[in-house]
Amino acid sequence: MDFKLSKEQEALKEEFETFFKEEMKNVPPEYGRGGLEGIYATEEGWRFHRSVAKKLGEKGWLSRPWPKEYGGLDAPITEQLIFNEARERHRAPGVDIFGLGMFAPTLLIAANDEQKKRLLPPIAKGDVVYCQGWSEPNAGSDLAGLKTRAEKKGDRYIINGQKIWTTGAHKADCMFLLARTDPAEKRSRGLSVFHLSMDTPGIEVRPILYMDGQHLYNEVFLTDVEVPETDRIGAENDGWRLTRETMNFERSNVGMFSEGYNLLNELIEYVKTTKRNGKLLSEDPIVRQKIAKLYIDLEVGHTLAYKIAWLQEKAGLIFAASAASEAKVFGSELLQRISNFGSEIMGLYGQLAKSKWAPMDGSMTDIYQFCMGINIAAGTSEIQRNLIAWVGLGLPRFK
Amino acid sequence: MDLSFTPEQDMLRESASRFFLKECPYEKVKELEESEQGYSPELWQKMAELGWMGLLFPEAYGGYEQQITDMAIILEEMGKSACPSPFISTVVQCGLIILEGGSEDQKKEFLSKIAEGGLIMAFAQYEEEGSYLASGIHMKAAASGDNYILNGTKMFVMDANVADKLIVVADVEGSGISMFLVDASAPGITCSKIPTIGKDNTCEVVFKDVQVAKADIIGKSGGAFDIIDKVEGRIALLKSAEMIGGCKVSIDMTADYAKEREQYGKPIGGQQIIQHYMANMLLAYDTSFNYLYKVAWMADEGMDISKEASGLKAQVNEKYKFISERAVQIHGGIGTSRECNIGLFYRRAKAHEFMMGDTDYHYEKIAVSLGL
Repeated sequence: MDFKLSKEQEALKEEFETFFKEEMKNVPPEYGRGGLEGIYATEEGWRFHRSVAKKLGEKGWLSRPWPKEYGGLDAPITEQLIFNEARERHRAPGVDIFGLGMFAPTLLIAANDEQKKRLLPPIAKGDVVYCQGWSEPNAGSDLAGLKTRAEKKGDRYIINGQKIWTTGAHKADCMFLLARTDPAEKRSRGLSVFHLSMDTPGIEVRPILYMDGQHLYNEVFLTDVEVPETDRIGAENDGWRLTRETMNFERSNVGMFSEGYNLLNELIEYVKTTKRNGKLLSEDPIVRQKIAKLYIDLEVGHTLAYKIAWLQEKAGLIFAASAASEAKVFGSELLQRISNFGSEIMGLYGQLAKSKWAPMDGSMTDIYQFCMGINIAAGTSEIQRNLIAWVGLGLPRFK
Repeated sequence: MDLSFTPEQDMLRESASRFFLKECPYEKVKELEESEQGYSPELWQKMAELGWMGLLFPEAYGGYEQQITDMAIILEEMGKSACPSPFISTVVQCGLIILEGGSEDQKKEFLSKIAEGGLIMAFAQYEEEGSYLASGIHMKAAASGDNYILNGTKMFVMDANVADKLIVVADVEGSGISMFLVDASAPGITCSKIPTIGKDNTCEVVFKDVQVAKADIIGKSGGAFDIIDKVEGRIALLKSAEMIGGCKVSIDMTADYAKEREQYGKPIGGQQIIQHYMANMLLAYDTSFNYLYKVAWMADEGMDISKEASGLKAQVNEKYKFISERAVQIHGGIGTSRECNIGLFYRRAKAHEFMMGDTDYHYEKIAVSLGL
């Protein structure tokens, strides 16, 4: 048992930390505490994200985990973990979780040579931003039932249908799309993956505002959208398998725990410096216990994240799959607990949105709202629990 | 970073697991629970022969100088078996206290005997008010010539009924709280078993004018809590390891049951609500298990683990209760019977919660460590 990072890893960590610390000196106030809302909700946040992405691209850091022949360094999962942790600790942007985190791994596995040469370098350089065309109004948790149709006509596909909850579609350059190529198959077997540019005629993006009014999510309507056959990734009707493969990036969810530590540290500072009824909040036994409990949750969650990354590196994702679901559901529900507790101890101030009056710059109410999105996106907490029961405990699957 | 166990550690786990399966099946556990002695002297000797009792001690004292991680592995397996024995009292609590604070002579004498399986010890700290803190020690040690005279009552002393020696925490006038090695059979000592839902060897020990030689002090006069502060993290960690074993076996038993037990024509484990209960149980276990070995690694590296060990014990206190409670619930009616083994763990979860610090005690230690 050895949790120590090697000398090389320590040096790398230092290098990442220094970079993000430096970049965050230029953070615009609109970016807030980052996250998807920091990136997608405002022009200023978006420009900041893009500028950091470019710099990361120039350094070659975005494609570090890729094979050398595609401009990567074959960096092991642990180095991704270190990178992700450093970035989240500084709440820095610059990584397109869709293009880099989901589509690039698919391309590396399934794309042909021409596609790899054409599509990978812009992702590596941070030049292109993707959105993920998966969920549909009637295909959320039950994704395999999706209906968007891609009909083959000569050397092209004609796409018709609707996608929903498409994060950042209003900013993205491209989409990777999951669509039905075999209408006879109602379930996962008849699906294929496509790459398309968002300026292709027939694509219409309509905003779905989040509960606080911010614009992150969209509906995307696809009407007779023409995609050349050369933009289908992998074999026809093999898309479902490939969407599973897209999961093969660092899955530890370490970022949620890094952000949790950030919030806990701010909270500790707040209770040590805030008086109510003549005494510091930190003297209240209930406050002390709740903070101790959050500390424990962060410690055990963070340790689990390291274990996941290590398992993934040593044995492959399949051996870490249950734990990865555990970390996702635990991390997102932990952020929810932190925000609830954080706002509770603020009392009347616990309802304040980001403003000069809001303690902790409105972090707690911000997380209070956005944690619901995290609990639902990328596999709801319920779907994660199903997976844990099936994969981790061997309980019977239902269809 | 290498989060694997060594091949030797895997072997150790396997041999401990086999030992308990063979030597201490649940039927035997229930039998021992009902016995006055509360443990099996025969099994005790066998454990000693396996070298477990001297695992943490230096070779000079008959030990093997192995790591906390190794001991945690044994205790996890012991926890899975629910096998009752004075192992934690003797080897972990008293062994580590003597190793940390004892004189050369004391170490030579007592640690070697413990390592051979020839000595059972019990740690007498808590008193009637049930405090974990130094301020809860009211028992007096009054100087009288070359002796101290002990008067008072110790409560919740594990395994005092079968111990040869006690380590007693008492207040010495003028110098403060100190620790003494006392013969369990010394005149003036009365020991009674207190019934607990753990059906274990929890005892009340009453001291009436008990004489202890001044030379039998451990460490400095007034120095008891200096020693306790140094070892209590490791002790809490190893107790947590035993409890985590109990968590694991509760989950395994329940998953097996949920796959077999059919209602409405299909296994109950196919019902989503059972799956979600069990997912939460596995999550509670996995976070605890991985953290156990993180903190054990820190201890083996010589790092200060006081905050982390408190985090671990508080975590495990709560998760063991949660897991074993859901385990009984999923078993349904049969889970509530003496016959069914899951109840062993549900009862132990509550009993162990209070050993080596309850959740509130550890929360407060963390709060202080975080600067609150």
